[in-house]
Amino acid sequence: MQYDLISLQPVMPEIFMLGAACLVLVVDLFLTQRTRMWTYGLTLATLLGAIALTAWAAGPERQVLFDGSYVRDPVSDVLKIALLTITVFVMVYARDYLLQRGIYRGEFYTLALFASLGMMIMASAGNFLTVYLGLELLALSMYALVAFDRDSVKGSEAAMKYFVLGALASGLLLYGMSMLYGATGTLNLAAMSEVIAAGKAEETVLVFGLVFVVIGIAFKFGAVPFHMWVPDVYDGAPTAVTLFLGSAPKIAAFALAIRLLADGAGGLSAHWSDMLIILAVASLAIGNIVAIAQTNVKRMLAYSTISHVGFIFLGFVAADGRGYGAALFYTVVYALTAAGGFGLLTILSRKGVDAETLDDLKGLNDRSPWLAGMMLLILFSMAGVPPTVGFFAKLFVLDAVVQVDMVWLAIVAVFFSIIGAYYYLRAIKMMYFDKPIDDHPIVASVDSRVAMSVNGLAVLLLGIFPTALLQACRTAFGG
Amino acid sequence: MIALSDYLIVAAILFSISVAGIFLNRKNVLLLLMCVELMLLAVNINFIAFSHFLSDVNGQIFVFFILTVAAAEAAIGLAILVVLFRTRRTINVADLDALKG
Repeated sequence: MQYDLISLQPVMPEIFMLGAACLVLVVDLFLTQRTRMWTYGLTLATLLGAIALTAWAAGPERQVLFDGSYVRDPVSDVLKIALLTITVFVMVYARDYLLQRGIYRGEFYTLALFASLGMMIMASAGNFLTVYLGLELLALSMYALVAFDRDSVKGSEAAMKYFVLGALASGLLLYGMSMLYGATGTLNLAAMSEVIAAGKAEETVLVFGLVFVVIGIAFKFGAVPFHMWVPDVYDGAPTAVTLFLGSAPKIAAFALAIRLLADGAGGLSAHWSDMLIILAVASLAIGNIVAIAQTNVKRMLAYSTISHVGFIFLGFVAADGRGYGAALFYTVVYALTAAGGFGLLTILSRKGVDAETLDDLKGLNDRSPWLAGMMLLILFSMAGVPPTVGFFAKLFVLDAVVQVDMVWLAIVAVFFSIIGAYYYLRAIKMMYFDKPIDDHPIVASVDSRVAMSVNGLAVLLLGIFPTALLQACRTAFGG
Repeated sequence: MIALSDYLIVAAILFSISVAGIFLNRKNVLLLLMCVELMLLAVNINFIAFSHFLSDVNGQIFVFFILTVAAAEAAIGLAILVVLFRTRRTINVADLDALKG
């Protein structure tokens, strides 16, 4: 193939992102603490530019570059635009928090940009090598971000745990990949799915490899029983990093699962959907029940993440375009609400005080009715209360599951969602009916207030008009 | 002639040792990092063995990338270890218990 500018059009967002991230890295070296606004501004400009380039390169056809290593299709377009948009929100929320902690440094933005680049590469991966490199670029940036507050005792411990378990997950994933490679003789996902469909590969080796790949994916998602790192890392990391960690990488994990399971091992869906059922039911049960016992909001949201991962897996269990579309919709919606939820925690935190316990939410309505209203919408969306978008996300996943005649699974999911509603509603009760413990006025910059409002209203408006996003998610999978 | 299965068995044994090491080790964080490296090396043996017996060079290229990433990973792991030691004055796994709930 020729490497002229037009044939590289599909990969332009990544090229731009890489160049801009390096530029931010260099520019930041010449800035003082007072002029660091430029790093922030450049980061936002980079993310917005990458969104624009992704939209420019988007289209209904599937384009394959670099001998099949890179794939641009409607799925990758939706994933990239979603994860970049979420990252924009994260950057806006994080700034105040970083300033107050004295960790407002350029490295945060460079690492975040490289992490986003890793996520984009995962979204467009066409063979195992690209999947792995994207995953590691994301993971290595994230390990460093979790340890970002160098003097924090909790932060360094969380980073160590995250590092060891993340590396373990990568190792398991790689071991599974090596087995799949051995069985099919190719690293290319599309070629692999052809070999599997032709029945030329030995089934035992394939399933053996598949088990490791599924475990690796479950680790990255944080599904039970591979969830032990999630609460500790969410709790230990600085809230601004938890905010990032808890939102956009979920979309990347979805990309990992869709590329490996649906694109590569689609012919083995009978095997992996059984495994995902177990993971999904366990995640829904443990996530929702253990979250009730938490007094720390970050830990509560961590367990809530685990339960939401159960729902995402339910969409995969259906193993058809409808199911994948529903899972994609759910993932995007969850990432948006999680960004809002953690974003509010960063707004409530101030110098020397991290808003971490549920008590910090008490009387939020007295302190700031508008922020309380936004948080209300976000918590309703997480619980799945109409008319917020979380309700429709759950509805579409359940619909996909019922369509493939697994009604019992839908009933289990609804049952645990009702248990889960308890702790979301408890938080809402604290915001509206309890007296505030902390009387300090809430200090938040204009941009984070605007972002919070956009975020909260998006949750409501997407719930009232879910068609556009749903259409994008469904057509991405040809549904 | 060494058969493919022999390579795979060695790799599987190394892999099991490294996973067991991560879960059983209660003493020293450095050992965890070594286990992580061992795990990646086990995977490399797998890839090279398959690559040789399939006469497909892609597996060996993958190994080069894994080695490079493993080096970067070790750098970050050791950096986190230094931070951990500075804040705690210990790298004992059993002492990593500030986060609970």
